[in-house]
Amino acid sequence: MNRGIIGLAAALLASLLTTPAGAADKLKVGFVATLSGPGSQLGQNLLDGFMLGVDETGGKLGGLPTEISKNDDQFKPDVGRQIAERLVKRDQVDIVTGVIFSNVMMALYNTVVDQKTILIGSNAGPSPIAGKNCSPYFFSTSWQNDQPHAAVGEYVQQQGVKRIFLIASNYAAGQDAIAGFKSRFKGEIVGEIYPAIGQPDYAAEIAQIAAAQPDAVYAFIASSAAVNFARQYSEAGLMKKIPLYSAFMIYSLTLPQLGDVALGARSAAFWTPDLDNEVSKHFVAAFRKKYNYIPSVYAAQAYDSARLIDAAVREIGGKVEDKEALIKALAHAPFKSVRGAFRYNTNHFPIQDFHATEIIRDKAGDLIEHDAGVVIKDFADSYAHECPMK
Amino acid sequence: MISPTLVLVQTLNGVQFGVMLFLFAAGLTLVLGIMNLVNLAHGSLYMLGAYYTATIAQWTGSFVIGLVAALPLIFITGAAIEWVVLRRLYTRDHLDQVLATFGLILLLNEAARLVWGEGGLYVEMPALLSGSVRLAPGIIYPVYRLTIIAIGLAIAVALYVIVARTRLGMLIRAGASNREMVEALGIDIRLLFTAVFGLGAMLAALAGGLAGPLFSVNPGMGDSVLILALVVVVIGGIGSIRGSFLAALAIGIVDTIGRAFLPGLFAAFLPRPVADAIGPATASVLIYLLMAVVLFFRPQGLFPARHG
Repeated sequence: MNRGIIGLAAALLASLLTTPAGAADKLKVGFVATLSGPGSQLGQNLLDGFMLGVDETGGKLGGLPTEISKNDDQFKPDVGRQIAERLVKRDQVDIVTGVIFSNVMMALYNTVVDQKTILIGSNAGPSPIAGKNCSPYFFSTSWQNDQPHAAVGEYVQQQGVKRIFLIASNYAAGQDAIAGFKSRFKGEIVGEIYPAIGQPDYAAEIAQIAAAQPDAVYAFIASSAAVNFARQYSEAGLMKKIPLYSAFMIYSLTLPQLGDVALGARSAAFWTPDLDNEVSKHFVAAFRKKYNYIPSVYAAQAYDSARLIDAAVREIGGKVEDKEALIKALAHAPFKSVRGAFRYNTNHFPIQDFHATEIIRDKAGDLIEHDAGVVIKDFADSYAHECPMK
Repeated sequence: MISPTLVLVQTLNGVQFGVMLFLFAAGLTLVLGIMNLVNLAHGSLYMLGAYYTATIAQWTGSFVIGLVAALPLIFITGAAIEWVVLRRLYTRDHLDQVLATFGLILLLNEAARLVWGEGGLYVEMPALLSGSVRLAPGIIYPVYRLTIIAIGLAIAVALYVIVARTRLGMLIRAGASNREMVEALGIDIRLLFTAVFGLGAMLAALAGGLAGPLFSVNPGMGDSVLILALVVVVIGGIGSIRGSFLAALAIGIVDTIGRAFLPGLFAAFLPRPVADAIGPATASVLIYLLMAVVLFFRPQGLFPARHG
């Protein structure tokens, strides 16, 4: 009988402690990125962009006081998965966002979406998530991994380049980069080499490029070695003779280290710091004022993710426990993006314009990526047809 | 596409890589040979040398000042590390030394991150040495790399003179051969150790400083060089400068030529994706193959300093 009374008391207490159904009183967001070790610069950029978006709403995304936990995945998939488990099961966040690297994304993706928690990826966009493993709970504010490279391929093709030399770090993303490039480039490939990832000295590879005498080079060298490659390429006298096209190598993050060496380097992106629209101009000015450096695409993507969350939650009146409504609101993206027109494909990846970019010195004398015109309009990724969502 | 000029340029690249490796490995082999100390933190001295050079070069605007000023700084840093940590390891097992100096690597890498940040430091290429020069028709080679080869060879000669013709050199050779005997003959072994350690540290710092304009200066940049340097020391023979020089050159050339031509070779009879996967991997493995072959014929390395 004692046990019966205790059980009843416990049940009564429990019922008192549960919050009544109705509008949530705060929004819980779990931010995940690589904030330590190699790759931490990208994660920090992502965080800075996201926090700017949050600060502009006064700390209240969608009008709800927002609690943000910042989690460091250390570029390790298992750590990423553990973080996701904790965020989803113990902390019961409403939204998980961020994630720089695809291997971490693949590790935590199922943990989040299987628990029916919204995951807003602001960088990594591996193809399984865009295709067969797509989920209504996932939204991207960046791009699908193949797209930036395909865009460069298109740019190169449009420039009339006939013979190209390809070089990429020998790992999954490097091979994907070359595959993405080849999907749009139709000319002759005079050389294709994959130096070891993390290799600091590219003298041997650059000598091969010089010997092959291509019309242009497409490079995708991972992390800090990218700067080494660019500088050695310039030192060997090639930057002026053989145009260098690349992706994620010569951009806001690396321009301070490269200096004038970077002038003339070309790439393609969905956004540049000098993009001509009101939202972007406001973003760049506010970002530079707050953080004192020129934002990168990572910051822009994360800023958009904060604004997307803000707009969607606002639209459903703060009732985030109604997941269906929140998903519907997110899917039609009721916000103005830094990239201009923004809409989602059926797989919740953006359909967006990609621009050609070139490194120049702007009027203020700063080195920036300059928007050199649209190369692919309304670029949809090539995996959407594999996604069962309609 | 394999022309004689390409082979020549790649060989030059290999030599340049080899002399830098030599500068770095010379200190390691001396310390191991004379002090019987496995100092994995040697790579950190390389890294710190690069950071000091880069920082001072930025302040003063002159790369040369940075390079020269970094040397005494590294001597002090090395002396501090020796006094605080390494001194306690002389009498201990090699494994303990590995453990302790590995911990030093982690500590110093993190310290570098804290002081200079993750992003990497940018060293301006000195204007006089930038650009390329025409060695022969069709052979254009960066001036800076030629300078490194020149400096490396000059230091190799200087070290040879020191080791073969001076009293210090005699003590070094004797100490590498039989340390106890040297001590028994009344030589202040402490002073010898300090001199050897300081010399090795400065050579590593020089290598790091020279690397700055070519590669960016990052925390952990010493780690990959360290692995190769250990191979150099093993192949060349512990305690032998001559051995390190030859081994470093051999490794530099093998690695560079391998990386340059192997993938192409494989592509001749394998489908491209496979060749491109195996080629680079085999190129890296070639160095270790070389080590295995050398050790098979001469287990003590090419010029072992220890006898008996």
